[in-house]
Amino acid sequence: MAVEWGARWVEVRKLLERPGPFTHPDFEPSPDTLKMMQENIRVLVIGAGGLGCELLKDLALMGFTNLHVVDMDTIDLSNLNRQFLFRKKDIGRPKAEVAAEFINQRIQDCHVTHYYNKIQDFDDEFYRSFHLVVCGLDSIVARRWINGMLLSLLCYEDGMLDQSSVIPLVDGGTEGFKGNARVILPGLTSCIECTLDLFPPQINFPLCTIAHTPRLPEHCIEWVRLLLWPKENPFSEEMPIDGDDPHHLSWIFEKAQKRAAEFGITGVTYRLTQGVVKRIIPAVASTNAVIAAACCTEVFKLATSACTPMNNYCVFNDSDGIYTYTYEQEKKEDCVACSQVPQELLVSPSDKLQDIIAILTDSLRYQMKKPGLQAMVDGKTKSLYLHSPASIEEKLRPNLKKTVEELGLRDGIEIAVADVTSPSTVLFKVKLKK
Amino acid sequence: MLRVHHSMESAAPASCEQTEKAKKYDRQLRLWGDHGQSLLEIGHVCLINASATGTETLKSLVLPGLGAVTIIDDAKVAHQDTGNNFFVDLASIGRPRGEVALRLLLELNPEVRGTFVDQPLQEILDNQPEFFTPFTCVIATCLPESTLLTLSKVLWDAKIPLVVVRSYGMIGYIRIQIEEHTVIESHPDNEIPDLRLDRPFSALEKYMDSLDLDAMDDKEHSHVPYVVILYKFLQKWNQEHGAPPKNYKEKKLFIQLVKTGMREKESGENEENFDEAVKAVNTSLLPTSIPSGVQTLLNEAANITPSPTTKPFWIMARALHEFVSSEGRGVLPVRGTIPDMTADSEKYIKIQSLYRDQAAQDADWVLRRVQEHSQQLGPRKVMPSLENDVKNFCKNAHALRVIKGKPIVEEYKGSINLSEIGAHLENPESDLVWYVMLRAVDQFHSEFRAYPGYFQDQVETDIVRLKVCVNRLLADWGCGPIVKDDFIHEMCRYGASEVHSVAAYIGGCAAQEVIKIITAQYVPINNTHIYNAIAATSGTFML
Repeated sequence: MAVEWGARWVEVRKLLERPGPFTHPDFEPSPDTLKMMQENIRVLVIGAGGLGCELLKDLALMGFTNLHVVDMDTIDLSNLNRQFLFRKKDIGRPKAEVAAEFINQRIQDCHVTHYYNKIQDFDDEFYRSFHLVVCGLDSIVARRWINGMLLSLLCYEDGMLDQSSVIPLVDGGTEGFKGNARVILPGLTSCIECTLDLFPPQINFPLCTIAHTPRLPEHCIEWVRLLLWPKENPFSEEMPIDGDDPHHLSWIFEKAQKRAAEFGITGVTYRLTQGVVKRIIPAVASTNAVIAAACCTEVFKLATSACTPMNNYCVFNDSDGIYTYTYEQEKKEDCVACSQVPQELLVSPSDKLQDIIAILTDSLRYQMKKPGLQAMVDGKTKSLYLHSPASIEEKLRPNLKKTVEELGLRDGIEIAVADVTSPSTVLFKVKLKK
Repeated sequence: MLRVHHSMESAAPASCEQTEKAKKYDRQLRLWGDHGQSLLEIGHVCLINASATGTETLKSLVLPGLGAVTIIDDAKVAHQDTGNNFFVDLASIGRPRGEVALRLLLELNPEVRGTFVDQPLQEILDNQPEFFTPFTCVIATCLPESTLLTLSKVLWDAKIPLVVVRSYGMIGYIRIQIEEHTVIESHPDNEIPDLRLDRPFSALEKYMDSLDLDAMDDKEHSHVPYVVILYKFLQKWNQEHGAPPKNYKEKKLFIQLVKTGMREKESGENEENFDEAVKAVNTSLLPTSIPSGVQTLLNEAANITPSPTTKPFWIMARALHEFVSSEGRGVLPVRGTIPDMTADSEKYIKIQSLYRDQAAQDADWVLRRVQEHSQQLGPRKVMPSLENDVKNFCKNAHALRVIKGKPIVEEYKGSINLSEIGAHLENPESDLVWYVMLRAVDQFHSEFRAYPGYFQDQVETDIVRLKVCVNRLLADWGCGPIVKDDFIHEMCRYGASEVHSVAAYIGGCAAQEVIKIITAQYVPINNTHIYNAIAATSGTFML
């Protein structure tokens, strides 16, 4: 049995049992490294989709045996062109479950534990139990959340970071033929939030164009989605658009064609309609394979020191030749998430609370979604505005129109902001403009 | 992200219910369209050696719906395969590796057909080289140098594209051997719009002359497409200066001139269309010209003598060249598409249709010339799609690409670009050194019948032997012994190991290169790509 195990892992063992000039300074070649890795190292894979399937396979075949995978989605037909652990018969089942099943069956040494959950369902104790986290997510909000979670696990003693509390995060993303992979050491290197302004939010078409001066087929589709549907409620009162329901899409498609014909616009097709309504991002097996592999290589390096890790951000594009560029993304000195620098809210006494909230949601720096604000006034916590529960929201709503002065927010007062983009609250200090 | 419309759908009437296949492939159809998918589905790829790298390459071809695969592999599944290859399992140890891998790969997509051949490649090369004729592309991995060179020659002579892919320790390698590959739909990431402001065609001129900005009310004024604004102010400028703005200084002055035409909105904000006009000054005032790559292509087309065997691409290129020399007056056909512009629907659509009509007219001239050539060549297959093909060709004229390759056998016989090699080897950031190392380990293998460091107890002695191979190779190329010992030591450390994550990376890249070749969309590398997983870097070289 031992001979078989040894023979099975002979390829990876060459990297772990032999010295070399490009290994990490901490590396010690040893026949025990692989065994130790298999007995002790727990890796968390977030996402079991295009990147997640590839990640699980890659990690299992690099020798990792203790894998955990989280995904809140179920399998859809359109996944099958790249999410290769799934078959037609699996449609409707949770991705994490089916992925784990497949890997466990194909690679005997490996044991994958699955969770059909959102990442927000777990607490810090759960995340603290992992040595490495690798993400194959399709949402920036989720990335920011896990980034915030790992940052919240950091321990500082006398202002010094306890390195054993650092859980490396390897993050990958793809879109068509483009992709990127990065290595994040929370507290030490650039984090997700440090580079937030590299990802400006989606730009939607201006409403006046959609309503009055359509020119492109996309404008016609958006007109139906944003204006006609709420007006006509074609299926039942208040029913939201379900981009996966062919009846909904057909209705939108036909109405968009009519609108386009009115203005002499060509190009409204069913595929375009679906793409606009669902905000579809094109995807293909090869890019996911490449980026996941790059991420897995980094996880392997971090776990074994067999080689120095990527430093620290790589972009990939194979639409014209094969292009990669790797550079050291710098930590942002005043990063909202990972710097210890207190955040300042520069406001005038006459600014309304809704103006402050607008800064938090609209600025490239913060890009929050639905921030809830509480202030520390005279030693007591005062809720300024919260989105839920509905009863509280209603009670606090008048505050939105009140001014900084009216709310008693003096210079130096701390405001705690909670938002889906982070598991911890962000503290701001009010600074009044003269 | 909202994507602006590209025509990626077939002409067939769109039924509101997509077929199951269209649903499954939806995400990739948005990249290469139904026509690209059709080509993929009639493609037949041959993989030589179902190692980890081989199966990882094939995986990303089977999933998107490649028509058929054939695997040539005479190995049996061994224990070490179960530690790096996803397409074998413990139960199949001892069975023919090609058979097992084929079965587990085809499981990924029931629409793909496949066969396996449990025979040594050398036998097929020696006895039935015509075996390769039906293939659209051949992928080869884990071949010793001598066999690779024989394969290279057979496929070059048969004009079948060959993609060599390897993973060796932390290094990945791809080499594409293809005599000539033409791309009409290259999908460039950044395109400069074709607005023709320096030479507006008569219909465009007439329409824009008919518009009087000063006479418009504020609403209409703020909804004039920016191309009209630029046209009007260019006229003013030309009257004063005699020629369009040429340099940075003049463009700045031109922008100031444009701004004089701005009216203040009630809200105090600028008119968006004028803002767009200012932003567009840098690109829109460039004289209409033919990109140098396309010009080279046209020059080549000018010199060919069309014959019944001339590829349609070159017939169209020839016709394009003739158009450029006459009706085109030195430039390509009007592209026909324009970027979105803040404007009222009527004016935008009117202008858009003017560009579209002119593009159709220009394409018509090219079509006539293509038909002339076709007639002169005697009875030829009548292509029902000819008109659409020519239209598509003209629309993409500015982005046409041609790749001309070299056979591997030539590369190995020493006709490498020596000046390039030396420069790269002196550059510590370049990954070309790994190419030298791969060549050296192959030489080592030819000599000693094993790869350096394959056996644990030979790592140290093999370092010395490998160094001899490296320096001999460098001497053949006229270089001194400039490769540092570190690289030689590292290659021996690897001992020809094939680790999964590196195989998966390079396999994914190679698969996409094959898809580019089969669909003739997007641009393949020319001709060597090295992936360095140590530093997470890569480089492409023409060798």
